[in-house]
Amino acid sequence: MEKRVYFEHRWLPYALVAPQLIVTAVFFLWPAGQAVVQSAQLPDPFGLYTEFVGWENFEYLFSDRYYRASFVTTAIFSALVTLVSMSVALLLAVLADGVIKGSGVYRTLLIWPYAVAPAIAGVMWLFMFNPSIGLVSYWLKAIGITWNHVLDPEQAMGLVVLASSWKQVSYNFLFFLAGLQAIPRSLIEAAAIDGASPWHRFRTIVFPLLSPTTFFLLVVNVVYAFFETFGVIHTITLGGPGQSTMIMVYKVYADGFVGQDLGSSAAQSVVLMGIVGLLTVVQFRFVERRVHY
Amino acid sequence: MPIRRSLAATAVALTLGSAAFTTPAAAAEIQFWHAMSGRLNELLDEQVAKFNDSQDEHTVVATNKGNYSEALNAGIAAFRADEQPTLLQVFEVGTATMMNAKGAIKPVHELMKETGKDFDPSIYLAAVAGYYTTTGGQMLSLPYNSSTPVLYVNEDALAAADAADMPLTTWDEVGAVLAKLKDAGNDCPMTTAWQSWIHLENLSAYHDVPFASEDNGFAGATAELGLAGEAQTTHVATLGEWAQDGRFVYSGRRNEGGARFNSGECALFTESSAGYANTKASAEFDFSIRPLPYYEGVGGAPQNTIIGGASLWVMAGKDDDEYAAAADFLNFLSTADIQAQWHQDTGYLPITMAAYEQTQASGFYEENPGTDIAIVQMTGKAPTANSKGIRLGNFDQIRGVIDEELEAVWAGDKTAEEAMASADERGNELLRRFERTSR
Repeated sequence: MEKRVYFEHRWLPYALVAPQLIVTAVFFLWPAGQAVVQSAQLPDPFGLYTEFVGWENFEYLFSDRYYRASFVTTAIFSALVTLVSMSVALLLAVLADGVIKGSGVYRTLLIWPYAVAPAIAGVMWLFMFNPSIGLVSYWLKAIGITWNHVLDPEQAMGLVVLASSWKQVSYNFLFFLAGLQAIPRSLIEAAAIDGASPWHRFRTIVFPLLSPTTFFLLVVNVVYAFFETFGVIHTITLGGPGQSTMIMVYKVYADGFVGQDLGSSAAQSVVLMGIVGLLTVVQFRFVERRVHY
Repeated sequence: MPIRRSLAATAVALTLGSAAFTTPAAAAEIQFWHAMSGRLNELLDEQVAKFNDSQDEHTVVATNKGNYSEALNAGIAAFRADEQPTLLQVFEVGTATMMNAKGAIKPVHELMKETGKDFDPSIYLAAVAGYYTTTGGQMLSLPYNSSTPVLYVNEDALAAADAADMPLTTWDEVGAVLAKLKDAGNDCPMTTAWQSWIHLENLSAYHDVPFASEDNGFAGATAELGLAGEAQTTHVATLGEWAQDGRFVYSGRRNEGGARFNSGECALFTESSAGYANTKASAEFDFSIRPLPYYEGVGGAPQNTIIGGASLWVMAGKDDDEYAAAADFLNFLSTADIQAQWHQDTGYLPITMAAYEQTQASGFYEENPGTDIAIVQMTGKAPTANSKGIRLGNFDQIRGVIDEELEAVWAGDKTAEEAMASADERGNELLRRFERTSR
């Protein structure tokens, strides 16, 4: 006999999902719609004069080689942040999973950085790597490496990736650890009895069983790298030197809120929205096929 | 009572049919949004408190709205929501944006005329107020905090390098001193703050060559950048060469170099005159302030340098009482006592001649040698079309472009000619875009 819970009233389900729908409409659909409208306009900052320009904002953007370059910068940045934060988190999770004594302390310490706001994380790393007063740059100097991220594009990129990844490791760690603990011990023990080495066990049993977690984190981390790293960039490099750390979301801010060019800024938001939508579709269609639930 | 008073005022105004007639103002509370933080915020609050205590008609409420960009954004967002403050502090690069927004602002000269308050534009220092004045001589916004770049010198470092008595008037002489410092093992002979402002905007004005066409944008929105000129490329090439051989060390786009100079790491430092208080408080070495160096025989050097800082804009859409309060407050800020105090406390330039003379008479300049250099440097010659100031749309973004191009030169990736040509091209695109919204 089939068990089923159902509601008598027709309107009740709608009433129950209404809060979520309202939140989505007010905080996502409405602003996103405004961005789409503004992307076809050339307004002055005060909104006194607005000209409808159709696709012109987009044409202007894509004819700008610095905007095209920011695609590449964003791709490199997001790939590095995702790779670094997920691999370090996985390593730490595997190690923490094996710890028997005082595991609570390890876990707490590893989760801590997640509570730090991106801007604070940025300032902290900047403080350590400040070319003139930073402790780490002082040590690097002692071993013969000149650290000057205000002029060296690779070092600047390295620093913002490090700061952004560091913040995200905690989040990833938490999910990986939960994923690891959900893997039945019996499977691993059986493999061990059959003579599989620890690496072999990880590669053939643990990692495949972790794949739903890994996939979920992949999506979350790419979105994080795209949108939430703004504070880190703003405090450490402001997009420089040159435009070597100018990721797309920072450019939206720089053009819209510093430059007061709302039309171009809105067009960039629309492009960004499209890219993230596309990425998510790609991930679900192609990457998810390789995920074992 | 206030109702009857304003009714009476309206009646009088109607009978006389003159807007310039002085109406007895009713009590008004006005909002003043600014971007001053730390010590400057305290000093500003003191000024506001003094004004509020000095009369019982009006109340000014000052609120900090973050940094310059954030304060401007707050003002713009508030205007769009019809909640704008009466007074808004806007940094100098936002000047074109503000004056272009004709329906959003009330120019100071109009405010003074309509409220019938005493207003004599000739008391203001032309070199300071000129930045915020039309080519026709009408004041648009009241200069509040203004400064100009000067050269800070660590005398101990120079003595250690045996260069104490070497002149630092021209950039060629500076180059020789820097070489000496470097040979003596100094790792940071020179650094700078605000590179676009000091090494391009002020450099152009100081040599009396255009930074942009149309009188640096004062004459119209069709201006084009002129950064690839001889004076600019020569200077950028010189600094680029120094960056390569270690005589010039780049610290960042804002005033990151300040910490390096104040700690004694860097020997020479080009920075705003308003950095004086900070350096005086933290430097544990003997330092002096010198006029900004120039190139002998290039353009009309030394002409005068231009200001940076911010001014106070009156926003549109307020009633007569609020405007009367704003006019009184601006006049209060222009009094010699207030200005002299502000100048001496902060290192910002006084906006009136009277405040300068009062400071002189008080013996302040003898006690604090070097603090008058900025004023002398700015007012030594009458400003020309090239040295009155710069008024370009999207200027904040143009500065960003210039920062990027200069960084490429300091890193050795581009020559000065390439970088300046590219800055011109990219900057002009931004100018054309601004021009379209400025009809």
